[in-house]
Amino acid sequence: MGKSNVFDLLGPIMVGPSSSHTAGAVRLGGMARKILGEEPVQGKILLHGSFATTGKGHGTNLALVAGLIGMATDDERIPEALKIAEERGLNVCFETADLGDVHPNTVKFDLLGEHGSHVRVIGSSVGGGTIVIRQINDFQVEIRGDYPTLVILHQDLPGVVAQVTLLLSTVQINIARMLVSRKKKGAEALMVLETDQTIDNAVLDLLRKLPRIYQALAIEPL
Amino acid sequence: MRAYEDWVIEAETRGLKISEVIVQNQMEELEQSEQALFERMRQNLRVMRKSVETGLSGERRSLSGLVGGDAAKVEGRRKRGESLVGELMSGAIARALAVAEVNACMGKIVAAPTAGSCGVLPAVLLTIEEDRRVSEQAVLHALFTAAGLGIIIAERANVSGAEGGCQAEIGSAAAMAAAAAVELAGGSPRQTADAAAIAMKSMLGLVCDPVGGLVEVPCVKRNATGAIIALTAAEMALSGVKSAIPVDEVIDTMGQIGKQMPCTLKETAQGGLAVTPTGRRIQADFL
Repeated sequence: MGKSNVFDLLGPIMVGPSSSHTAGAVRLGGMARKILGEEPVQGKILLHGSFATTGKGHGTNLALVAGLIGMATDDERIPEALKIAEERGLNVCFETADLGDVHPNTVKFDLLGEHGSHVRVIGSSVGGGTIVIRQINDFQVEIRGDYPTLVILHQDLPGVVAQVTLLLSTVQINIARMLVSRKKKGAEALMVLETDQTIDNAVLDLLRKLPRIYQALAIEPL
Repeated sequence: MRAYEDWVIEAETRGLKISEVIVQNQMEELEQSEQALFERMRQNLRVMRKSVETGLSGERRSLSGLVGGDAAKVEGRRKRGESLVGELMSGAIARALAVAEVNACMGKIVAAPTAGSCGVLPAVLLTIEEDRRVSEQAVLHALFTAAGLGIIIAERANVSGAEGGCQAEIGSAAAMAAAAAVELAGGSPRQTADAAAIAMKSMLGLVCDPVGGLVEVPCVKRNATGAIIALTAAEMALSGVKSAIPVDEVIDTMGQIGKQMPCTLKETAQGGLAVTPTGRRIQADFL
C-alpha cells in the first residue's frame, strides 16, 4: 500500500456497505458522467465479475446510477438513486457480461447524453474506493481521478503531441503522467494527460483550436 | 519503513501524548494547520455519532434482510439494567452493532479503517466518552492516535480483507481502538503500543469469509467482538501488562499471515462460513 495519511485511515465518509462495491461504484459512475460531459439520458450498464455476482447485496447498481446523476459517495439518497434518476429522465438498464481479463469489480457504461453525445467507458473499482478508468470508446486509458485530467482525441501524426505539451508549458501546466494510444498508424489517437494544475476553459479552448485536435475534455479530480 | 515505536519514543522524549506527535507529523505531511486537521476529524466524529444514533434506533434492514435491529436489542437490555457484562461492555457491543448495521443498510458511516470494520472504533470511543465524561477534544485526540496507528498498519501490512483477511480489517480496527482507548483513559504512549499489540495478537489469522460476499454475516457481529477485544487489551495495558512481542512486529506478522492465507478465505465468499450449508442457502435465496 502506498503512502497514506490519517484521513485515508479514518474515512472516507461514505454510504455503506462496501468501499469497493458501493463507494467505488459511485465514483465510477461519476467519472463516466464527467467523460460524457453532459447530463446522461440513457445508459446501458454491463456488470462484470464480482460486481455482477455480489453487486445486488452491495447496492452496486444503485451506487453506479447515483454516480451517473452526480451524487457523491456520502449522499444519503444513494439508496433511492434509481428512482431519482428516473425522475430526472435518465433511463438505465443493467446486464451482466464477461468483459474479459479485467479486475473482478469492473463495469462498462454505454451512455447517451441530452445533447446527443455518446460514449462507452470501462472502469474498475480496485479497492478502498479507488477506481481506474480502463477504456474510453475504443481507446485504452488509465485514469484514476486523483489529478486534473485532459483527454484529447486527435490525429496520429508527428508534432500533434508536441503542440499540446508546448501549449501546456506556456500556460505553466505541469504534466504528471501521460499516455498516448491509437487505433492504427495515422488514424485517430487519444492522449490522456494528468496534470498538477487545473485546466480552465480558456486553456481548453486554445487546445481545441490546435490543428488535428478533434475533441478535448478536461476532467476535474473526483 | 515507519514504525509506531519511533512515535512512542518521540512522545516519551518530548513529554507529549502520542496523538500530539501524530498530529504534528500530519501537519507536515498534509501541509495543513492543526485547526484544519481537527476540523476535518470533527466531521468524522459527527458522522460517527450520527451513525450510532441511527443504528440504535434499529429501524432499518439491509437489502438482503439479514441485518438490522440487533443493536436495539442489546441496548434495550442494557437500558433495563439486565446486562450480564455491565454498562461499558454492553454499551460498546450495542454501538459497534449499531454502526455496522447502518453500513449494511446503506446508511452513512466513516470507514475506520474500512466500511466493513466501521463499528469498532466509534463504539469503543463513544462508550468511554459517555462512561467517563471526557471532553470532545480528548475524543478527537484519540481518533488521531487510532488513525496514526492505522497509517503504520497500512504501510507495514494492509487493511484490506481481500488482501489480508478479516484480521486486516476488524483486527486493525481493534488495534486502533485499543490504542485510542488507552490514550482516552489517560494511559501513556507506551501503553497505547502495548494495547494495540495485544488486540491485534488476539485477531491474528482471522479469515474474511462473508456469506454471499456481503458485508453482513459475520461482519456485523465481528465489529462487536472486535470492540470488546479492544477494551480488554486496553484494560490490560492500562494495568501495566506489557506485550511480549512489540506492536510493529505484530503488524508485520499480520501482513505475512495475510499473504499465507489461501484466496478462498480472503473476501471471495469461496470458503469458511460462506460455504457452510446455511451460508450457501442464504446466498441462493438472495442472489
